[in-house]
Amino acid sequence: MRVELRGITKRFPGVVANADVDLEVDGGQVLALLGENGAGKSTLMNVLFGLYEPDGGEILLDGSPVRFASPAASIAAGIGMVHQHFMLVPVFSVLENVMLGVETTTRLGGLDRRAARARLVELSAAYNLQVDPDADVEDLSVGAQQRVEILKALYRQADCLILDEPTAVLTPPEIDDLFRIITTLTESGRSVIFISHKLGEVRRIADRITVLRRGEVVGTTTPAESSEADLAALMVGREVQLVVDKSPARPGQPVLRVEGLRVLDERGVAVVDGVSFEVAAGEIVAVAGVQGNGQTELVEALAGLRAVDAGTVHLDGEDVTGLQPRRLLERGMAHVPEDRQRDGVVGAFPVRDNLVLNTFRRRPFARGLRIDRRAIRDNASRLMADFDIRAASPEVAAATLSGGNQQKVIVAREFGHADRLLIAAQPTRGLDVGSIQYIHRRIVDKRDEGAAVLLVSTELDEVLALADRVIVVFRGHIVGTVPRADATRDHLGLLMAGATA
Amino acid sequence: MTAATRAAGVLTTSQAAERRRARTIGVVFLLAAAVMGAGFGLGVEAGLDSTFGLNVRGTGAELPDLVVPSRLVAAVLAVVCAGLGGVQLARGFTRRLPAVAAVVAVCFVAAFLTWAAAGASFNLTGMLQSTLLRATPLALGACAGVLCERAGVVNIALEGMMLTAAFTGALVASAAGDQLVGVVGAVAVGGLLGLVLALLSIRYRVDQIIGGTVINIFALGLTSFLSQKVFSEYQELNSPGVLRVVRIPLLAELPVLGPVLFANNLFVYAMLLLVPLLTIGLFRTRWGLRVRAVGEHPRAADTVGIDVLQVRYRTVVLGGMVAGLAGAFFTLGSVGRFDENMTAGRGFIALAALIFGRWHPVGALAAALVFGFAESLQSKLAILSTPIPSEFLLMAPYLVTLLVVAGVVGRSRAPAADGQPYVKG
Ligand SMILES: Nc1ncnc2c1ncn2[C@@H]1O[C@H](COP(=O)(O)OP(=O)(O)OP(=O)(O)O)[C@@H](O)[C@H]1O
Ligand SMILES: [Mg+2]
Repeated sequence: MRVELRGITKRFPGVVANADVDLEVDGGQVLALLGENGAGKSTLMNVLFGLYEPDGGEILLDGSPVRFASPAASIAAGIGMVHQHFMLVPVFSVLENVMLGVETTTRLGGLDRRAARARLVELSAAYNLQVDPDADVEDLSVGAQQRVEILKALYRQADCLILDEPTAVLTPPEIDDLFRIITTLTESGRSVIFISHKLGEVRRIADRITVLRRGEVVGTTTPAESSEADLAALMVGREVQLVVDKSPARPGQPVLRVEGLRVLDERGVAVVDGVSFEVAAGEIVAVAGVQGNGQTELVEALAGLRAVDAGTVHLDGEDVTGLQPRRLLERGMAHVPEDRQRDGVVGAFPVRDNLVLNTFRRRPFARGLRIDRRAIRDNASRLMADFDIRAASPEVAAATLSGGNQQKVIVAREFGHADRLLIAAQPTRGLDVGSIQYIHRRIVDKRDEGAAVLLVSTELDEVLALADRVIVVFRGHIVGTVPRADATRDHLGLLMAGATA
Repeated sequence: MTAATRAAGVLTTSQAAERRRARTIGVVFLLAAAVMGAGFGLGVEAGLDSTFGLNVRGTGAELPDLVVPSRLVAAVLAVVCAGLGGVQLARGFTRRLPAVAAVVAVCFVAAFLTWAAAGASFNLTGMLQSTLLRATPLALGACAGVLCERAGVVNIALEGMMLTAAFTGALVASAAGDQLVGVVGAVAVGGLLGLVLALLSIRYRVDQIIGGTVINIFALGLTSFLSQKVFSEYQELNSPGVLRVVRIPLLAELPVLGPVLFANNLFVYAMLLLVPLLTIGLFRTRWGLRVRAVGEHPRAADTVGIDVLQVRYRTVVLGGMVAGLAGAFFTLGSVGRFDENMTAGRGFIALAALIFGRWHPVGALAAALVFGFAESLQSKLAILSTPIPSEFLLMAPYLVTLLVVAGVVGRSRAPAADGQPYVKG
């Protein structure tokens, strides 16, 4: 299906999210949409999907103008969308989420779960997207939820499929699978709009690339015409240096010492077992591994969010095993959580309050029982400028920020009190290249100020860019500790796949 | 817990909490056994018998009275509970705990009744009958609440809806000379109030607790005013009579079950039908899946093409109609006349049944039966003259509710978007 947007304008209180945007994608084509965090990509797609009413402009499908008052209308017209923030009902099973809205029913009007399940199982086998149809969505990892969202869209057989940052939480093999799915779809004449911040990916899959900056289209190009550096420059409006330069680490005293750690998941299975390592002051240690090898639980245990089944954790020589997050914070530990929607921000609170969510009890934000509003406001203005958080004002609810800007809110808050130890899990997930560069710079600065940094990342590029030492985890065990000098992409890749060092 | 962790003596915090909970429950069982043995068993003079009547006059096959030695029965029941408590302490019933707790509760009540009826006669079947009758408006009201809250609208206005419907039922039935017409009128008024609640909370996004409270206050004021002005003047407008009892052929002749289940008025049958229907509707049909989706995650429902506001409007109006039926019970199903504030907080008790029943129709019915049982026990015991003040008996089920909700049933979780208006875009 050929989809055209003409002169789309969408305003929110205080921001113009889309200004006179033109966009087109032909049947059988993949259009990639690029842009900084907050450039207006998701907003534009939500307009196309009928979730937002545009303030101006029109939508044409196969040449004829349409108006979508609701997603129901756009779905009926053949548009499907995988949302950046998952649209899944947590207490429903995978199957129920997939069938919702397009339920098959038996003759008596009951839900025909059997037919739906058969189709879901078939789809998930055909496209190699593994999910358990009967698992409750709330028990799934973000990666699994992403697979459910993709299956949900495929189940609906859209003629134009919008994928809003589907690869942010997928593993490299899963991304390959997704690209195969996209190719199958375009071969059958469907169109795909693909949003991602990973420029290599975009160049691999896209037929055409449209770049947005601050709500406006700044260019349309093809992978053949533009290199990654060109695309980055077009997005950000200036040259972007894609690697951070840093001096060799000068490690000091150990700050974090983990010994024989064992952590259980919800089902009581040990997903971290016998893990021991140290992180010294002035050193960045990266935990590399394919998603789902215990990193999530390891970080949660270190951050005081999950019970430690066995083993000890020492911070600056003091046993802090099982302490509450607040006590850890008081000892100079900061934590950027993996699941920003669930653990990172309170969506209904203003940005300004989210920036002091765990420090508001302290000076200068509080004096005794009194909260110092002015200090909180000043803090917000400063951090929003430093971290380039794009929001209409510090007063808007965090939930209205673009995905990447929500991430920056969390990073800005946590970096502020990472005096001794910074634990950063996927700190640049969903960020644009410019922001990634900035955050990387700040992580290195933290190290140089003498903090210990534990970076957990599934992105090899990020690991290689930042780490002074790499720990590779596989199935809950450390399978190798590699100094930066010996860490090559191939070597780490092998370890991550389970080969022993 | 694996053998290895047990051997190492390591417990995670959540496992430790669970152990503590299991132990507390075991202690509660033992305490119940102690009360039963020492209080109900030894509290009775030796040699007395308790007589339980099993027949309701004029219905069902006649059965002989059940006569049991009071002391012995209470003692046996106490021993059973003590045994269960011991097992719970020693190794804990895990999956079967709710069932075991129900057994302990039944034993406790049985021992209590044996004690109360020692040396006297107590009509068991009659009490079961009145339990179901008293549970009916509570269960209907709770079902109305299940509907609204599953769709994401908190319905604290149940009380007001029921009261207004009770009034309307009496008025319309008297005027039309037909109770069924009165029921229809009550249901219609319930639906209308449902629409008011829906407009307040969906269109105008008024805080739903406040919106509901306003409806309650308004309903109390309006019905009191009208009944003072109209009913005291024209008493013939407030004499609708009571819907007659429909005996189901053959089934009504069964002993015990016959009079309890198959010789009732329309309201009881409607309630007994509505609970399974609603359960199937909510959990087995497309309609139910959508209603629940809208109550849990309206935005997700919107993105799959469900009209969130429309689903909410319809479900809340339907809930209002069910509340109307519950309200009509008071005038047309039981008293035969409207009295000021005659629902007397039953709407709120229905709300409690809804929560106790975990937003599930069957759970709501179970909770309503517990509350109905307490109400009827309280009135029956007044006759037996036990030393326990009857007000205390009225309190007991709510105390039990608190304990149960906190302990045995585990977490009781409201729909995630309950009470939150949905704003598009
Ligand atoms: N519901 C809303 N209310 C107010 N402002 C909004 C709302 N949704 C988005 N915005 C604003 O519109 C702008 C564009 O946001 P959008 O989510 O489209 O960005 P994006 O390009 O998808 O960014 P990212 O890559 O971080 O996901 C941002 O400034 C954001 O704060
Ligand atoms: Mg976005």
